[in-house]
Amino acid sequence: MIRMENVHKAFDENRVLQGMNLDIAKGTSMVIIGGSGTGKSVALKCILGLIQPDSGMIYVDGKDARKGDRDAFLARFGMLFQGAALFDSLTVWQNVAFRLLRGSLKRPADEAREIAIEKLRRVGLKADVADRFPAELSGGMQKRVGLARAIAAEPEIIFFDEPTTGLDPIMSGVINDLIREIVTEMGATAMTITHDMSSVRAIADNVAMLHAGVIQWTGPVDQMDASGDPYVEQFISGSAEGPIEAVR
Amino acid sequence: MNPIAWLAELGRAVLNLLSAFGRVTLFALDAISHIFRPPFYPREFGMALLNIGWLSLPVVGLTTVFTGGALALQIYAGGARFNAEAVVPQIVAIGMVRELGPVMVGLMIAARVTSSIAAEIATMKVTEQIDALVTLSTHPMKYLTAPRVLAALITVPVLVAVGDIIGIAGGYVVATQNLGFNPAAYLKNTVDFLEPLDLLSSLVKGAAFGMIAAIMGCYFGMHSGRGAQGVGRATKGSVETAAVLILAANFVLTGVFFSL
Repeated sequence: MIRMENVHKAFDENRVLQGMNLDIAKGTSMVIIGGSGTGKSVALKCILGLIQPDSGMIYVDGKDARKGDRDAFLARFGMLFQGAALFDSLTVWQNVAFRLLRGSLKRPADEAREIAIEKLRRVGLKADVADRFPAELSGGMQKRVGLARAIAAEPEIIFFDEPTTGLDPIMSGVINDLIREIVTEMGATAMTITHDMSSVRAIADNVAMLHAGVIQWTGPVDQMDASGDPYVEQFISGSAEGPIEAVR
Repeated sequence: MNPIAWLAELGRAVLNLLSAFGRVTLFALDAISHIFRPPFYPREFGMALLNIGWLSLPVVGLTTVFTGGALALQIYAGGARFNAEAVVPQIVAIGMVRELGPVMVGLMIAARVTSSIAAEIATMKVTEQIDALVTLSTHPMKYLTAPRVLAALITVPVLVAVGDIIGIAGGYVVATQNLGFNPAAYLKNTVDFLEPLDLLSSLVKGAAFGMIAAIMGCYFGMHSGRGAQGVGRATKGSVETAAVLILAANFVLTGVFFSL
């Protein structure tokens, strides 16, 4: 469903992606792992068109992601940002229903609010949260609201950018389980970037290891521990010894 | 320093300046074009009207009332040197309407509104809210920039008109209470002396300064660097640039109206 072919992206002298190739099949959950600053977020933003790659091709359903109707393209995606990226000036329900209150998916405000409250329930938040502002919520609750917003319009493809960063282990587990449930329930194609191994095991069908701007290894999550790939082994073990330099 | 190296430095600075001017101009044209192209966001426009217009009234009123009062005292003191104290109403009126009203309001808007727009949009950029807007099929220029620019274009001339009136009122109070002017004669002289062109120049300047203030806030916000330092730099840069451009635009517009 999503294919990246020989994608390059540099910021001045910093060559972040150096020929990244990746295939994500429809209805599967792909998790990209890799150290901080290895270009995981850049890869994700290249697919969405938030960053333009310097070279290479990105296809979604076999079509060039840069061509065609941009609104229709983006309407297929939902995204949970690392810091949730909720809009401060809007209430929680207006954040969740953002897409349903404007544009091609616009619905009456009452209906949009009902859908927003239903999605909030789906991520384990009560209806009384709906009229609060994001600043009044804890980090874990903001992540859940971000998740509710990502699934509000029932997208075909959902991206999760570091979904458990900054959360305690219990809340991380809750978010991981929610993501897995939602992806399975909706039959969506998911792409998650993380360096949290508990998230990888909870969310992934397939795993890809990104290092030095290229995918070093990719395969099913149940083969990850026996991959034989030195990068993956070092990443799983968390060892300072190995091909990944501890000081970058 | 080697003259060639000095020349190269100068050339680089000029090129950077021209390049920045080009980027700002393209951004401004893009922002203005989005005002006329759907979709429109009435809620954001309403909020911008409230923030830029209504909530700026106190600072505009206080600034212009003190400026008008001080202007009356200065004209009286200066006029007394050649027995021309009687021109206080006329000079306060023309000074406020043609020059000080628009400039003081423009600078206050740069301080209050430009900084607020730049800080808000820069924070949105740093916290990925701008990226989130894009992924939610919403164009940031339409949702964030166009409503603010349109609101500033409409409200700042109104604020300037209000500022002109309050400034003249400040001069009136000082002149009638402290300098012994007859209230009725002061008002008559003020009204008789002002011409429609004076009012027009005031409003046109207000519209131009409003556009500059909003566009600079949006431009620096959208192009801010990372982290708290990036937000700080964007805010500082937006106010400095808006203030300088407002004063430069005032000079140009004054020249244009002077020639009419």
